[in-house]
Amino acid sequence: MARVVVDVMLKPEILDPQGQAVATALPKLGFDGIAAVRQGKRFELELDGDVTEERLAQIRNAAETLLSNPVIEDYTVRVEP
Amino acid sequence: MRVGVVTFPGSLDDGDARRALGLAGAEPVALWHGDVRLSAVDAVVLPGGFSYGDYLRCGAIARFAPVMERVIERAREGMPVLGICNGFQILCESHLLPGALVRNDHRKFVCRDQALRVESNTTAWTTAYAEGQEIVIPLKNGEGGFVADDPTLDRLEGEGQVVVRYLGSNPNGSYRDIAGIANEVGNVVGLMPHPEHAVEALTGPSTDGVGFFTSVIAGLVSA
Repeated sequence: MARVVVDVMLKPEILDPQGQAVATALPKLGFDGIAAVRQGKRFELELDGDVTEERLAQIRNAAETLLSNPVIEDYTVRVEP
Repeated sequence: MRVGVVTFPGSLDDGDARRALGLAGAEPVALWHGDVRLSAVDAVVLPGGFSYGDYLRCGAIARFAPVMERVIERAREGMPVLGICNGFQILCESHLLPGALVRNDHRKFVCRDQALRVESNTTAWTTAYAEGQEIVIPLKNGEGGFVADDPTLDRLEGEGQVVVRYLGSNPNGSYRDIAGIANEVGNVVGLMPHPEHAVEALTGPSTDGVGFFTSVIAGLVSA
């Protein structure tokens, strides 16, 4: 069984209040030296059978249609070894 | 005049929307997210709430509900559609309206009576107002920040598609204080504040919200 990972991140120009909240909390807990935090989503898709170019194209389509909103988010698709 | 109100799993304001439509003189028709027909309605309201628990993104799952296929199709043919709060988010996710709604910039849920300026009274849902009229209706959201890229914002402003704008301090970080927008034709309108909660003096801060519903009825009668 193959695993494909889709990472979804807010586009750089879109404000990320959740990431900012994490960035504010870190130094309070003594985790210093972190300049900024962006928070995103990771989807792990377990496939029946092997990864083919055709199925990857399907997954990219799914990433663009449902998993991300291209108006505010970017996504990357990669096959887990 | 039959106006449908869609109930998704997690909708909250469907009852108030039906009530507001009834007070305005329409026959409210309850629609279910699994419906594949719109039972001969003349317009549709997508109400506020947390459809499908706001999983993934607000409105992202509701967009693919069976009833939405027909709503999207009919909206493209010119049927009036109003999305309030979560309904606005669904319209953006459906690409019937440009832009997106993101988490409030101050990270807190906001719930208050909100002053707005009606910027366009030429949409199917705002003809009852005067251009520039100031109204007060409730606003309640956690993810109400309207965002879009600059060319889209410029186009919305230039084409008169900004329908309502926040007055006073910006409640959620919406770009250019935008509270609601319309599509190019003006039959599809989405806004974060809740006109359906401002239709009776007993329960609302005003009755300023009624105009959204009387507007669509007047337009359908004269059509």
